[in-house]
Amino acid sequence: MLEKTGIPTEDDLKEVIPNKMRLAKGPVVIIECFQKIPCDPCAFSCKLGAIKPFKDINDLPQVNFDKCTGCGICISSCPGLAIFVIDENYSEKEALIKLPYEMLPLPQKGEEVYASDRAGKTVGKAKVIKVLKIKNKTNIISISVPKNMAMKIRSIRVGDKDNG
Amino acid sequence: MKKTDLVVIGGGPAGLSAAIYAASLGAKVTLIDDGLELGGQLIKQTHKFFGSERQFAGIRGIEIAKKLIQDSIKYKDIELITNATVTGYYEDGVLTIIQGVNGSILIKLKAEKIIVATGASENMLPFINNDLPGVYGAGAVQTLMNLYGVVPGNNVLMVGAGNIGLIVSYQLLQAGIQVEAIVEALPTIGGYLVHAAKIRRLGVPIYTSHSLKEVYGNDWVERAVICELNEEFKFISGTEKEFEVDTICLAVGLSPLSDLLWQAGCQMKYITELGGYVALRDENMKSSLENIYLAGDVAGIEEASSAMLEGQIAGLNAAVSLGYKCDNFIKLNKSLKEELKELRDNPLSEKVKIGIEKALIKRGVD
Repeated sequence: MLEKTGIPTEDDLKEVIPNKMRLAKGPVVIIECFQKIPCDPCAFSCKLGAIKPFKDINDLPQVNFDKCTGCGICISSCPGLAIFVIDENYSEKEALIKLPYEMLPLPQKGEEVYASDRAGKTVGKAKVIKVLKIKNKTNIISISVPKNMAMKIRSIRVGDKDNG
Repeated sequence: MKKTDLVVIGGGPAGLSAAIYAASLGAKVTLIDDGLELGGQLIKQTHKFFGSERQFAGIRGIEIAKKLIQDSIKYKDIELITNATVTGYYEDGVLTIIQGVNGSILIKLKAEKIIVATGASENMLPFINNDLPGVYGAGAVQTLMNLYGVVPGNNVLMVGAGNIGLIVSYQLLQAGIQVEAIVEALPTIGGYLVHAAKIRRLGVPIYTSHSLKEVYGNDWVERAVICELNEEFKFISGTEKEFEVDTICLAVGLSPLSDLLWQAGCQMKYITELGGYVALRDENMKSSLENIYLAGDVAGIEEASSAMLEGQIAGLNAAVSLGYKCDNFIKLNKSLKEELKELRDNPLSEKVKIGIEKALIKRGVD
Protein backbone atom coordinates (compact mmCIF):
# COMPACT_ATOMS: atom_id res chain seq x y z
CA MET A 1 0.00 0.00 0.00
CA LEU A 2 1.47 3.28 -1.23
CA GLU A 3 0.63 5.25 1.95
CA LYS A 4 2.58 2.77 4.07
CA THR A 5 5.52 1.99 1.81
CA GLY A 6 5.95 4.88 -0.60
CA ILE A 7 5.87 2.38 -3.46
CA PRO A 8 2.92 2.50 -5.87
CA THR A 9 1.12 -0.84 -6.26
CA GLU A 10 0.13 -2.58 -9.50
CA ASP A 11 -3.41 -1.29 -8.94
CA ASP A 12 -2.16 2.28 -8.56
CA LEU A 13 -0.09 1.97 -11.72
CA LYS A 14 -2.97 0.53 -13.76
CA GLU A 15 -4.64 3.92 -13.49
CA VAL A 16 -1.79 5.81 -15.13
CA ILE A 17 -0.26 3.45 -17.67
CA PRO A 18 -1.61 3.77 -21.22
CA ASN A 19 -3.02 0.71 -22.98
CA LYS A 20 -0.85 -1.70 -24.97
CA MET A 21 -1.88 -0.25 -28.31
CA ARG A 22 -0.77 3.23 -27.32
CA LEU A 23 2.45 1.92 -25.79
CA ALA A 24 3.24 0.09 -29.01
CA LYS A 25 2.98 3.34 -30.96
CA GLY A 26 6.03 4.86 -29.28
CA PRO A 27 6.99 7.51 -26.71
CA VAL A 28 4.30 8.33 -24.17
CA VAL A 29 4.14 9.89 -20.74
CA ILE A 30 3.42 8.05 -17.48
CA ILE A 31 2.63 10.32 -14.54
CA GLU A 32 3.01 8.40 -11.29
CA CYS A 33 1.05 10.91 -9.22
CA PHE A 34 -1.58 9.30 -7.01
CA GLN A 35 -2.36 11.80 -4.30
CA LYS A 36 -4.36 14.99 -4.42
CA ILE A 37 -1.97 17.77 -3.48
CA PRO A 38 -2.03 21.44 -4.45
CA CYS A 39 0.26 21.29 -7.48
CA ASP A 40 -0.33 22.10 -11.14
CA PRO A 41 2.88 22.88 -13.10
CA CYS A 42 2.62 19.78 -15.33
CA ALA A 43 -0.63 20.95 -16.89
CA PHE A 44 0.95 24.32 -17.72
CA SER A 45 4.11 22.74 -19.11
CA CYS A 46 2.37 20.70 -21.83
CA LYS A 47 1.94 22.79 -24.96
CA LEU A 48 0.03 20.03 -26.79
CA GLY A 49 -2.87 19.89 -24.37
CA ALA A 50 -2.10 16.26 -23.57
CA ILE A 51 -2.17 16.98 -19.85
CA LYS A 52 -5.66 18.34 -19.41
CA PRO A 53 -6.01 21.75 -17.73
CA PHE A 54 -6.82 21.45 -14.03
CA LYS A 55 -10.24 22.54 -12.78
CA ASP A 56 -8.86 22.62 -9.27
CA ILE A 57 -5.23 22.97 -8.24
CA ASN A 58 -5.59 19.73 -6.25
CA ASP A 59 -6.68 17.63 -9.23
CA LEU A 60 -4.69 14.57 -10.26
CA PRO A 61 -3.18 14.97 -13.72
CA GLN A 62 -5.32 13.52 -16.53
CA VAL A 63 -3.49 12.59 -19.72
CA ASN A 64 -4.91 12.34 -23.21
CA PHE A 65 -2.44 9.74 -24.49
CA ASP A 66 -3.42 10.36 -28.13
CA LYS A 67 -2.22 13.95 -27.89
CA CYS A 68 0.99 13.03 -26.06
CA THR A 69 4.10 12.78 -28.23
CA GLY A 70 6.39 11.74 -25.40
CA CYS A 71 8.42 14.94 -25.83
CA GLY A 72 9.20 14.91 -22.10
CA ILE A 73 8.95 18.64 -21.45
CA CYS A 74 6.70 17.89 -18.47
CA ILE A 75 9.33 15.68 -16.80
CA SER A 76 11.39 18.49 -15.35
CA SER A 77 8.33 20.62 -14.54
CA CYS A 78 7.14 18.14 -11.90
CA PRO A 79 8.18 19.11 -8.34
CA GLY A 80 7.53 15.52 -7.28
CA LEU A 81 9.80 13.94 -9.91
CA ALA A 82 6.89 11.65 -10.74
CA ILE A 83 6.85 11.91 -14.54
CA PHE A 84 8.48 9.43 -16.93
CA VAL A 85 8.35 8.87 -20.67
CA ILE A 86 8.43 5.32 -22.02
CA ASP A 87 9.17 4.37 -25.62
CA GLU A 88 8.50 0.69 -26.15
CA ASN A 89 9.28 1.13 -29.84
CA TYR A 90 12.86 2.18 -29.27
CA SER A 91 14.43 -0.89 -30.80
CA GLU A 92 13.57 -4.49 -31.41
CA LYS A 93 14.55 -5.65 -27.94
CA GLU A 94 14.85 -2.47 -25.95
CA ALA A 95 12.65 0.25 -24.60
CA LEU A 96 13.74 3.80 -23.85
CA ILE A 97 12.98 5.42 -20.49
CA LYS A 98 13.31 9.16 -19.92
CA LEU A 99 13.57 9.91 -16.22
CA PRO A 100 14.17 12.96 -14.01
CA TYR A 101 17.57 13.07 -12.30
CA GLU A 102 18.81 15.51 -9.64
CA MET A 103 21.99 13.75 -8.48
CA LEU A 104 25.62 14.47 -9.23
CA PRO A 105 27.73 13.47 -11.03
CA LEU A 106 25.61 13.19 -14.15
CA PRO A 107 26.16 9.99 -16.11
CA GLN A 108 27.94 10.16 -19.45
CA LYS A 109 26.27 9.31 -22.72
CA GLY A 110 27.02 5.67 -23.49
CA GLU A 111 27.79 4.83 -19.84
CA GLU A 112 26.39 1.67 -18.26
CA VAL A 113 24.57 2.40 -15.00
CA TYR A 114 22.74 0.32 -12.43
CA ALA A 115 19.00 0.46 -12.86
CA SER A 116 16.62 0.14 -9.93
CA ASP A 117 12.93 -0.43 -9.49
CA ARG A 118 10.42 1.60 -7.48
CA ALA A 119 11.67 -0.01 -4.24
CA GLY A 120 15.24 1.02 -5.00
CA LYS A 121 16.33 -2.55 -5.67
CA THR A 122 18.92 -2.96 -8.41
CA VAL A 123 17.26 -4.99 -11.14
CA GLY A 124 19.84 -4.80 -13.90
CA LYS A 125 21.88 -2.44 -15.97
CA ALA A 126 20.87 0.27 -18.37
CA LYS A 127 22.71 2.18 -21.05
CA VAL A 128 22.64 5.97 -20.98
CA ILE A 129 21.45 7.18 -24.38
CA LYS A 130 21.12 10.88 -23.70
CA VAL A 131 21.78 13.38 -20.92
CA LEU A 132 19.66 16.48 -21.20
CA LYS A 133 20.66 19.31 -18.89
CA ILE A 134 17.70 21.42 -17.88
CA LYS A 135 17.88 24.97 -16.57
CA ASN A 136 15.87 24.23 -13.43
CA LYS A 137 18.38 21.46 -12.58
CA THR A 138 15.94 18.59 -12.91
CA ASN A 139 17.92 16.95 -15.70
CA ILE A 140 16.46 14.31 -17.98
CA ILE A 141 18.34 11.06 -18.53
CA SER A 142 17.34 8.70 -21.35
CA ILE A 143 18.26 5.07 -20.78
CA SER A 144 17.71 1.95 -22.84
CA VAL A 145 16.52 -1.16 -21.00
CA PRO A 146 15.20 -4.61 -21.99
CA LYS A 147 11.58 -4.24 -23.09
CA ASN A 148 10.25 -6.37 -20.24
CA MET A 149 11.80 -3.95 -17.73
CA ALA A 150 10.22 -0.77 -19.12
CA MET A 151 7.51 -0.69 -16.47
CA LYS A 152 9.82 -1.78 -13.64
CA ILE A 153 12.89 0.45 -13.87
CA ARG A 154 12.43 3.95 -12.51
CA SER A 155 15.83 5.04 -11.23
CA ILE A 156 19.52 4.82 -11.95
CA ARG A 157 22.66 4.71 -9.86
CA VAL A 158 25.72 6.27 -11.39
CA GLY A 159 29.12 4.90 -10.38
CA ASP A 160 29.72 1.51 -8.85
CA LYS A 161 27.19 1.52 -6.04
CA ASP A 162 25.05 -1.60 -6.18
CA ASN A 163 22.07 -1.74 -3.88
CA GLY A 164 21.39 -5.41 -4.71
CA MET B 1 12.50 56.14 20.46
CA LYS B 2 12.10 54.97 16.90
CA LYS B 3 8.58 54.99 15.52
CA THR B 4 7.22 53.27 12.46
CA ASP B 5 3.90 52.39 10.81
CA LEU B 6 4.31 48.67 10.72
CA VAL B 7 6.71 46.21 12.25
CA VAL B 8 7.00 42.76 10.73
CA ILE B 9 8.69 40.27 13.05
CA GLY B 10 10.31 37.44 11.10
CA GLY B 11 11.83 37.51 7.62
CA GLY B 12 10.77 34.11 6.37
CA PRO B 13 8.26 33.51 3.57
CA ALA B 14 5.32 34.92 5.57
CA GLY B 15 7.12 37.99 6.96
CA LEU B 16 8.78 38.90 3.67
CA SER B 17 5.49 38.58 1.79
CA ALA B 18 3.74 40.72 4.40
CA ALA B 19 6.42 43.43 4.34
CA ILE B 20 6.49 43.58 0.54
CA TYR B 21 2.71 43.78 0.23
CA ALA B 22 2.40 46.52 2.85
CA ALA B 23 5.31 48.51 1.37
CA SER B 24 3.80 48.24 -2.10
CA LEU B 25 0.85 50.22 -0.74
CA GLY B 26 3.14 52.88 0.72
CA ALA B 27 3.41 51.76 4.34
CA LYS B 28 6.65 52.40 6.22
CA VAL B 29 7.74 48.93 7.30
CA THR B 30 10.44 47.75 9.67
CA LEU B 31 11.31 44.11 9.09
CA ILE B 32 13.13 42.38 11.93
CA ASP B 33 14.82 39.01 11.55
CA ASP B 34 17.11 37.00 13.80
CA GLY B 35 19.05 35.44 10.94
CA LEU B 36 22.25 36.75 9.41
CA GLU B 37 20.36 36.84 6.15
CA LEU B 38 16.68 37.02 5.33
CA GLY B 39 14.55 34.20 3.96
CA GLY B 40 13.88 32.04 7.01
CA GLN B 41 13.78 28.35 6.20
CA LEU B 42 13.41 29.07 2.46
CA ILE B 43 17.16 29.59 2.06
CA LYS B 44 17.73 25.90 2.85
CA GLN B 45 15.06 24.48 0.58
CA THR B 46 16.77 23.15 -2.52
CA HIS B 47 13.71 21.24 -3.75
CA LYS B 48 11.06 22.51 -6.12
CA PHE B 49 7.90 23.76 -4.47
CA PHE B 50 4.41 22.50 -5.05
CA GLY B 51 1.50 24.89 -5.21
CA SER B 52 0.02 27.00 -7.93
CA GLU B 53 1.78 27.93 -11.16
CA ARG B 54 0.46 31.44 -10.48
CA GLN B 55 2.47 31.64 -7.26
CA PHE B 56 5.78 29.79 -7.07
CA ALA B 57 5.11 26.17 -8.02
CA GLY B 58 8.02 24.36 -9.63
CA ILE B 59 10.49 26.93 -8.30
CA ARG B 60 13.10 25.86 -5.76
CA GLY B 61 12.81 27.38 -2.27
CA ILE B 62 16.22 29.04 -2.53
CA GLU B 63 15.11 30.81 -5.71
CA ILE B 64 11.87 31.96 -4.07
CA ALA B 65 13.94 33.38 -1.19
CA LYS B 66 16.16 35.27 -3.64
CA LYS B 67 13.16 36.80 -5.37
CA LEU B 68 11.43 37.84 -2.12
CA ILE B 69 14.66 39.32 -0.73
CA GLN B 70 15.26 41.27 -3.96
CA ASP B 71 11.69 42.57 -3.86
CA SER B 72 12.06 43.63 -0.23
CA ILE B 73 15.25 45.58 -1.04
CA LYS B 74 13.51 47.34 -3.92
CA TYR B 75 11.20 49.15 -1.51
CA LYS B 76 12.93 52.10 0.16
CA ASP B 77 10.16 52.08 2.75
CA ILE B 78 11.23 48.71 4.15
CA GLU B 79 13.87 49.15 6.82
CA LEU B 80 15.70 45.92 7.61
CA ILE B 81 16.99 45.00 11.04
CA THR B 82 18.73 41.63 10.74
CA ASN B 83 20.67 39.57 13.24
CA ALA B 84 18.18 40.86 15.80
CA THR B 85 15.73 39.20 18.16
CA VAL B 86 12.55 40.81 19.42
CA THR B 87 12.73 40.03 23.11
CA GLY B 88 9.70 41.76 24.48
CA TYR B 89 6.39 43.44 23.84
CA TYR B 90 5.41 46.00 26.46
CA GLU B 91 2.00 47.25 27.50
CA ASP B 92 2.57 50.62 25.87
CA GLY B 93 3.22 48.91 22.53
CA VAL B 94 7.00 49.20 22.69
CA LEU B 95 9.07 46.37 21.26
CA THR B 96 12.53 45.69 22.61
CA ILE B 97 15.03 44.31 20.16
CA ILE B 98 18.45 42.85 20.89
CA GLN B 99 20.85 43.01 17.99
CA GLY B 100 24.31 41.65 17.22
CA VAL B 101 26.14 38.39 17.78
CA ASN B 102 26.65 39.21 21.46
CA GLY B 103 23.27 40.86 21.82
CA SER B 104 25.01 44.08 22.76
CA ILE B 105 22.73 46.51 20.93
CA LEU B 106 19.33 47.33 22.38
CA ILE B 107 16.74 48.95 20.14
CA LYS B 108 13.36 50.21 21.27
CA LEU B 109 10.70 50.56 18.65
CA LYS B 110 7.08 51.58 18.62
CA ALA B 111 4.75 50.66 15.80
CA GLU B 112 1.12 51.35 14.98
CA LYS B 113 0.64 47.79 13.76
CA ILE B 114 2.62 44.60 14.19
CA ILE B 115 2.67 41.48 12.06
CA VAL B 116 4.07 38.49 13.93
CA ALA B 117 5.61 35.97 11.52
CA THR B 118 8.05 34.25 13.84
CA GLY B 119 7.58 30.76 12.42
CA ALA B 120 8.04 27.62 14.46
CA SER B 121 10.53 25.60 16.46
CA GLU B 122 11.33 21.93 16.08
CA ASN B 123 9.95 19.27 18.41
CA MET B 124 12.26 16.97 20.35
CA LEU B 125 11.74 13.26 20.89
CA PRO B 126 12.38 11.43 24.15
CA PHE B 127 14.58 8.35 23.75
CA ILE B 128 17.57 6.91 25.59
CA ASN B 129 20.78 8.87 24.86
CA ASN B 130 19.03 11.63 22.94
CA ASP B 131 21.71 14.02 24.19
CA LEU B 132 24.59 12.27 22.38
CA PRO B 133 26.45 14.28 19.75
CA GLY B 134 25.09 13.23 16.38
CA VAL B 135 21.44 13.73 17.35
CA TYR B 136 20.23 16.65 15.25
CA GLY B 137 17.01 18.37 14.39
CA ALA B 138 16.27 18.36 10.67
CA GLY B 139 16.60 22.14 10.57
CA ALA B 140 20.17 21.95 11.88
CA VAL B 141 21.06 19.25 9.35
CA GLN B 142 19.73 21.48 6.58
CA THR B 143 21.62 24.51 7.89
CA LEU B 144 24.92 22.64 8.06
CA MET B 145 24.46 20.93 4.73
CA ASN B 146 22.71 23.48 2.54
CA LEU B 147 23.92 26.78 3.99
CA TYR B 148 27.44 25.99 5.13
CA GLY B 149 28.34 22.94 3.05
CA VAL B 150 29.23 20.91 6.14
CA VAL B 151 28.55 17.17 6.21
CA PRO B 152 26.50 16.43 9.35
CA GLY B 153 27.46 12.75 9.41
CA ASN B 154 28.01 9.75 7.17
CA ASN B 155 25.15 7.37 7.97
CA VAL B 156 21.84 8.84 8.93
CA LEU B 157 18.68 7.48 10.48
CA MET B 158 15.80 9.83 9.76
CA VAL B 159 12.98 9.97 12.30
CA GLY B 160 9.70 11.20 10.79
CA ALA B 161 8.16 10.66 7.34
CA GLY B 162 6.38 14.00 7.10
CA ASN B 163 7.44 16.34 4.31
CA ILE B 164 10.46 17.61 6.25
CA GLY B 165 11.77 14.11 6.97
CA LEU B 166 11.29 13.06 3.35
CA ILE B 167 12.76 16.22 1.84
CA VAL B 168 15.80 16.32 4.12
CA SER B 169 16.44 12.61 3.42
CA TYR B 170 16.47 13.42 -0.29
CA GLN B 171 18.82 16.36 0.25
CA LEU B 172 21.16 14.14 2.30
CA LEU B 173 21.25 11.64 -0.57
CA GLN B 174 22.00 14.47 -2.98
CA ALA B 175 24.90 15.48 -0.75
CA GLY B 176 26.25 11.94 -1.05
CA ILE B 177 25.33 10.89 2.49
CA GLN B 178 23.91 7.45 3.20
CA VAL B 179 20.38 7.45 4.65
CA GLU B 180 19.90 4.04 6.24
CA ALA B 181 16.17 4.29 6.86
CA ILE B 182 13.26 6.55 7.68
CA VAL B 183 11.10 5.64 10.68
CA GLU B 184 7.59 6.95 11.20
CA ALA B 185 5.47 6.31 14.29
CA LEU B 186 2.20 6.76 12.41
CA PRO B 187 0.83 3.88 10.34
CA THR B 188 1.06 5.93 7.13
CA ILE B 189 3.49 8.36 5.52
CA GLY B 190 2.51 11.92 6.43
CA GLY B 191 4.41 13.76 3.69
CA TYR B 192 3.64 13.92 0.00
CA LEU B 193 3.76 10.44 -1.54
CA VAL B 194 5.73 11.66 -4.55
CA HIS B 195 8.52 12.67 -2.14
CA ALA B 196 8.30 9.22 -0.52
CA ALA B 197 8.36 7.45 -3.90
CA LYS B 198 11.47 9.28 -5.08
CA ILE B 199 13.34 8.34 -1.89
CA ARG B 200 12.25 4.71 -2.15
CA ARG B 201 13.54 4.58 -5.73
CA LEU B 202 16.93 5.67 -4.39
CA GLY B 203 16.93 2.69 -2.05
CA VAL B 204 15.92 4.15 1.33
CA PRO B 205 13.43 1.99 3.26
CA ILE B 206 10.54 3.64 5.13
CA TYR B 207 9.36 1.91 8.31
CA THR B 208 5.87 3.11 9.20
CA SER B 209 4.45 2.17 12.65
CA HIS B 210 8.03 2.22 13.95
CA SER B 211 9.86 4.52 16.30
CA LEU B 212 13.32 5.13 17.60
CA LYS B 213 13.83 3.28 20.88
CA GLU B 214 17.41 3.77 21.85
CA VAL B 215 20.69 5.18 20.63
CA TYR B 216 24.07 3.81 21.66
CA GLY B 217 27.54 5.28 21.57
CA ASN B 218 30.38 6.35 23.83
CA ASP B 219 31.22 9.85 22.69
CA TRP B 220 28.82 10.12 19.80
CA VAL B 221 26.04 8.17 18.11
CA GLU B 222 27.26 4.75 16.95
CA ARG B 223 24.12 2.62 16.72
CA ALA B 224 20.37 3.06 16.85
CA VAL B 225 17.59 0.63 17.65
CA ILE B 226 14.14 1.06 16.18
CA CYS B 227 11.07 -0.91 17.17
CA GLU B 228 7.61 -1.52 15.77
CA LEU B 229 4.67 0.18 17.47
CA ASN B 230 1.27 -1.29 18.19
CA GLU B 231 -1.99 0.59 17.70
CA GLU B 232 -1.53 2.30 21.07
CA PHE B 233 1.92 3.51 20.01
CA LYS B 234 3.63 1.11 22.45
CA PHE B 235 6.79 -0.75 21.47
CA ILE B 236 6.22 -4.37 20.42
CA SER B 237 9.11 -6.23 22.03
CA GLY B 238 11.00 -8.59 19.79
CA THR B 239 10.59 -6.36 16.73
CA GLU B 240 13.76 -4.36 17.33
CA LYS B 241 16.04 -3.60 14.40
CA GLU B 242 19.52 -2.19 14.73
CA PHE B 243 21.28 0.28 12.44
CA GLU B 244 24.90 1.35 12.41
CA VAL B 245 24.53 5.09 12.12
CA ASP B 246 26.46 8.11 13.34
CA THR B 247 23.63 10.58 12.89
CA ILE B 248 20.03 10.72 14.04
CA CYS B 249 17.96 13.35 12.28
CA LEU B 250 14.73 14.28 14.03
CA ALA B 251 11.89 15.52 11.87
CA VAL B 252 9.08 14.98 14.34
CA GLY B 253 7.03 18.08 13.88
CA LEU B 254 7.06 21.78 14.64
CA SER B 255 5.46 24.02 17.24
CA PRO B 256 4.38 27.63 16.61
CA LEU B 257 6.77 30.20 18.15
CA SER B 258 4.04 32.24 19.75
CA ASP B 259 5.80 33.76 22.80
CA LEU B 260 5.37 37.35 21.62
CA LEU B 261 1.67 36.83 20.99
CA TRP B 262 1.31 35.55 24.55
CA GLN B 263 3.19 38.56 25.87
CA ALA B 264 1.04 40.94 23.90
CA GLY B 265 -2.05 39.41 25.49
CA CYS B 266 -3.63 37.97 22.36
CA GLN B 267 -6.32 35.40 22.97
CA MET B 268 -4.53 32.06 22.70
CA LYS B 269 -5.76 28.51 22.25
CA TYR B 270 -4.13 25.10 22.16
CA ILE B 271 -5.08 23.58 18.82
CA THR B 272 -3.58 20.15 18.14
CA GLU B 273 -4.26 20.40 14.41
CA LEU B 274 -2.15 23.57 14.20
CA GLY B 275 0.76 22.19 16.22
CA GLY B 276 0.25 23.85 19.60
CA TYR B 277 -0.72 27.21 21.07
CA VAL B 278 -1.79 29.73 18.46
CA ALA B 279 -3.40 33.16 18.59
CA LEU B 280 -7.01 33.34 17.53
CA ARG B 281 -7.38 35.35 14.33
CA ASP B 282 -10.01 36.59 11.93
CA GLU B 283 -10.06 35.89 8.20
CA ASN B 284 -7.77 38.86 7.60
CA MET B 285 -5.12 37.35 9.90
CA LYS B 286 -5.83 39.92 12.63
CA SER B 287 -5.52 38.63 16.20
CA SER B 288 -7.93 39.43 19.03
CA LEU B 289 -5.96 42.67 19.44
CA GLU B 290 -6.65 45.53 17.01
CA ASN B 291 -2.96 46.20 16.28
CA ILE B 292 -1.55 42.69 15.96
CA TYR B 293 -1.64 40.41 12.93
CA LEU B 294 -0.04 37.03 12.41
CA ALA B 295 1.02 34.92 9.42
CA GLY B 296 2.82 31.70 8.60
CA ASP B 297 3.75 28.82 10.89
CA VAL B 298 3.17 30.89 14.04
CA ALA B 299 -0.50 30.91 13.02
CA GLY B 300 -0.49 27.12 12.59
CA ILE B 301 2.05 24.67 11.19
CA GLU B 302 1.59 24.40 7.44
CA GLU B 303 4.01 25.09 4.60
CA ALA B 304 5.65 27.96 2.75
CA SER B 305 3.07 28.44 -0.02
CA SER B 306 0.26 29.08 2.44
CA ALA B 307 2.60 31.12 4.66
CA MET B 308 3.30 33.48 1.74
CA LEU B 309 -0.42 33.93 1.07
CA GLU B 310 -1.17 34.54 4.76
CA GLY B 311 1.65 37.09 4.77
CA GLN B 312 0.17 38.88 1.77
CA ILE B 313 -3.26 38.95 3.44
CA ALA B 314 -1.82 40.28 6.70
CA GLY B 315 0.31 42.86 4.88
CA LEU B 316 -2.60 44.10 2.79
CA ASN B 317 -4.99 44.38 5.72
CA ALA B 318 -2.48 45.98 8.07
CA ALA B 319 -1.57 48.62 5.46
CA VAL B 320 -5.20 49.42 4.69
CA SER B 321 -6.06 49.67 8.39
CA LEU B 322 -3.19 52.19 8.70
CA GLY B 323 -5.02 54.33 6.17
CA TYR B 324 -2.99 53.51 3.07
CA LYS B 325 -5.01 53.48 -0.09
CA CYS B 326 -5.72 50.36 -2.05
CA ASP B 327 -8.22 51.02 -4.81
CA ASN B 328 -9.41 47.48 -5.28
CA PHE B 329 -8.88 46.31 -1.69
CA ILE B 330 -12.05 44.23 -1.42
CA LYS B 331 -11.33 42.40 -4.66
CA LEU B 332 -7.66 41.75 -3.87
CA ASN B 333 -8.37 40.61 -0.33
CA LYS B 334 -11.04 38.25 -1.59
CA SER B 335 -8.86 36.77 -4.30
CA LEU B 336 -5.95 36.13 -1.89
CA LYS B 337 -8.30 34.34 0.48
CA GLU B 338 -9.74 32.30 -2.36
CA GLU B 339 -6.27 31.28 -3.47
CA LEU B 340 -5.47 30.17 0.07
CA LYS B 341 -8.70 28.22 0.20
CA GLU B 342 -7.86 26.46 -3.07
CA LEU B 343 -4.42 25.56 -1.76
CA ARG B 344 -6.05 23.83 1.22
CA ASP B 345 -8.77 22.10 -0.75
CA ASN B 346 -7.21 18.62 -0.60
CA PRO B 347 -7.44 15.66 1.79
CA LEU B 348 -3.99 16.31 3.31
CA SER B 349 -5.08 19.77 4.44
CA GLU B 350 -8.20 18.52 6.25
CA LYS B 351 -6.47 18.68 9.63
CA VAL B 352 -5.24 22.22 9.08
CA LYS B 353 -8.69 23.32 7.97
CA ILE B 354 -10.27 21.90 11.14
CA GLY B 355 -7.60 23.70 13.18
CA ILE B 356 -8.15 27.01 11.45
CA GLU B 357 -11.90 26.75 11.98
CA LYS B 358 -11.20 26.37 15.73
CA ALA B 359 -8.88 29.39 15.70
CA LEU B 360 -11.15 31.68 13.73
CA ILE B 361 -12.67 34.81 15.20
CA LYS B 362 -15.83 35.44 13.24
CA ARG B 363 -16.40 39.14 12.83
CA GLY B 364 -19.51 38.97 10.70
CA VAL B 365 -19.66 39.00 6.94
CA ASP B 366 -17.02 40.92 5.04
